[in-house]
Amino acid sequence: MTNLDKPNKGESALLTTADGTPLRKALARAMRRARINAFLLVAPLLLFVVVTFAVPIGQMLYLSINNRVFSDYMPRVTAYLKVHPEIGVPCEDGFEALALDLAAAKKNRTIGRIGTRINYDRSGSTSLFKSGARKAVKFKGPPYKEKFLNHSEDWGEPYLWNVMRRASQAHTLDFYAAALDFKYDANGELVRVEPERRIYVMLYQRTFFLSALIAGLCLLLGFPIAHLLATLPLRYSNLLMIFVLLPFWTSLLVRTTSWISLLQSQGVLNDLLVAIGIINNDGRIQMMYNQYGTIIAMTHILLPFMILPLYSVMKTISPSYMRAARSLGAAPITAFIKVYFPQTVPGIGAGTLLVFILAIGYYITPALVGGSSGELISNQIAFHMQKSLNWSLAAALGALLLFGVLGLFWLYDRLIGIDNMRFG
Amino acid sequence: MKMLRILASTALAVCISLSAANAGAGEITVVSWGGAYGNSQVEAYYKPWMAKTGHKIKSVDAPNPADPIKAQVTAGNVSMDVADVEYSDAVRYCDEGLLETIDVTQLPPAPDGTPAVEDFIEGALTDCAVASIVWSTVFAYDSTKISGAKPTTIADLFDTKKFPGKRGLRKGAKPNLEMALMADGVPAGDVYKLLGTKAGVKRAFAKLDTIKKDIVWWEAGAQAPQLLADGEVTMTTAYNGRIFNAAAKENKPFVVVWDGQILDFDLYVIPKGAPNKALALEFIKFATDTQRLADQSKYIAYGPARKSSAPFVGMYQDGKTKMAPHMPTAPENMKNALVNNFEFWADHDSELNERFNAWIAGK
Repeated sequence: MTNLDKPNKGESALLTTADGTPLRKALARAMRRARINAFLLVAPLLLFVVVTFAVPIGQMLYLSINNRVFSDYMPRVTAYLKVHPEIGVPCEDGFEALALDLAAAKKNRTIGRIGTRINYDRSGSTSLFKSGARKAVKFKGPPYKEKFLNHSEDWGEPYLWNVMRRASQAHTLDFYAAALDFKYDANGELVRVEPERRIYVMLYQRTFFLSALIAGLCLLLGFPIAHLLATLPLRYSNLLMIFVLLPFWTSLLVRTTSWISLLQSQGVLNDLLVAIGIINNDGRIQMMYNQYGTIIAMTHILLPFMILPLYSVMKTISPSYMRAARSLGAAPITAFIKVYFPQTVPGIGAGTLLVFILAIGYYITPALVGGSSGELISNQIAFHMQKSLNWSLAAALGALLLFGVLGLFWLYDRLIGIDNMRFG
Repeated sequence: MKMLRILASTALAVCISLSAANAGAGEITVVSWGGAYGNSQVEAYYKPWMAKTGHKIKSVDAPNPADPIKAQVTAGNVSMDVADVEYSDAVRYCDEGLLETIDVTQLPPAPDGTPAVEDFIEGALTDCAVASIVWSTVFAYDSTKISGAKPTTIADLFDTKKFPGKRGLRKGAKPNLEMALMADGVPAGDVYKLLGTKAGVKRAFAKLDTIKKDIVWWEAGAQAPQLLADGEVTMTTAYNGRIFNAAAKENKPFVVVWDGQILDFDLYVIPKGAPNKALALEFIKFATDTQRLADQSKYIAYGPARKSSAPFVGMYQDGKTKMAPHMPTAPENMKNALVNNFEFWADHDSELNERFNAWIAGK
């Protein structure tokens, strides 16, 4: 073996290229150049991914801790609360800051936003702030505290000032607390929300459980189909492949609504069962607008995502392995488990991961067929985006989902290995 | 080369013809609720305006036109010029600075000269919104599917013993909590006061619990009459105009029960940063004048928001049905009615919807 690195004592000079540079250096230079070229080739795609993927996600993560509404629009109260961090109702100075800020907010038409922000944590604050601002514009001078308390005794409530204190921090983890069913009570302690308002943790559990179930069901149903497609002669497998791909090309909404008409209590399946006599007209099976509807519809929609990676991997497995195993005396089951199945594991990994991640984020199918018990966390995120307009809470919920999936991905890497995943 | 030249000249010709066609003709995008209600607006507002001014209207349907507004305004990419929204959304979005202000003195007066601010029903005009219709959430049933006694009061909606079968309810805290309290015997005048207390909210949810396992939730207006037609539910709450249309136009045997109805306005708003603000305002001024509001009642059973339109409310488009008894504001329908209190919902929306979501998602 030639030692390219160190010249031995007394040995002649180390290997060089034609122009005299040491081979090692020339090799390193050539490899660096190749790496730079490769990077430049990938650079446009990398830039695209960073801009369209990483930047929006970064913005969403920032939104989840961004709490600037109160501190931006109520600067004097924010400054006062920073100087006086004690819990409780402030003295005259605090109310003076409040009066000036509310009057300014009324003039700048920002009072609605401020009221809404406080209303997230304390119901009734929207109208309190709006009517308070209308009064504050007319306050000519002190005593402010008395005038505010005349307007409403709510201004003397310690919890309100506590909420304002927390809202005045420019960046906060409060939305993450809310996303995990926690809140800050009147003493500033972190407590769990009342039982009848706890919803997010349960939804996260349901989302992860249902997604895992759907991935498992897809695997169970997709594996035999993929195996059939991979082993049939080309003429038949092409035809069957069209049957797999055709629903793929049909609109998602069309597929979902056709499940509704199939499975609803007055739908085709129930009518058939009643006509045959298996069930009574009063005992129709509830398969729609509940968890069963979500599971069935989502399994159907995500099945191609499991079949195609599995098919690609199975196609590369030579049939001679199974034949060899059989010819060496293995029973069919043993040959399958010991020889065929381990070779399909990369495809299983790819398909399962794909289906799981898609299922976690699914929104439209649970919204249409899930009813109430089939609702997932993504429906709540959409609710906060569109209806309650509490974008910071929606961002916190989305961020927690992202961290959860990344955590599972890390676990998967530990157990199975990312490299052990192929799409074909 | 010849092929290239032909291609280039064709493209040029198409571009010129397109731009010539658009010169002078503006276009606005109006987002509304679709279905029977959307059709009534197309007939009564869009077509006459397009015929009168020569501008175009791109009509977009949404289950709730208010939903995309915040996202569009915040992104600075507003694609709609006019949106038809509910009252509480109009007030809330205006508070958040998401809507353009509308100068109500610019609205046309009534035919007898009454200025617009006096002609519109009280509450119909806000800083950022102009009301077009009064609509209400009622409940309805299929008369062929219920034998014997028929439902007559709001309490019957919550009584699955007397009237077995599933119930359709709109997905959301509003107006189910009010209906639950009224079904529990609370007089209309006390509903919002009670709903502002912890005990009242508990009572409303307890009433809803009595039918929880029989509820099918709907979100889009057209779903409610569809559920009735499919036989999925025995009774359902719905926007009253949709049931009227199913009964009058499609001859479905649906009957509306007005007891316990919750009235609301629908208003036109212009999102902040809309691309065609001036033209949007022209459209709103036209669509909310006296005759147009009366015209719309020809196609669907929603009351006009202007007092001066009332005498012009006549027959349905089939020429046979009188519209007046089907209006939410008809005196015989107002015996046990509640007007939606938008201020209450501005205050309690977050909390009650959160509680509702938790209630609905748990088993």
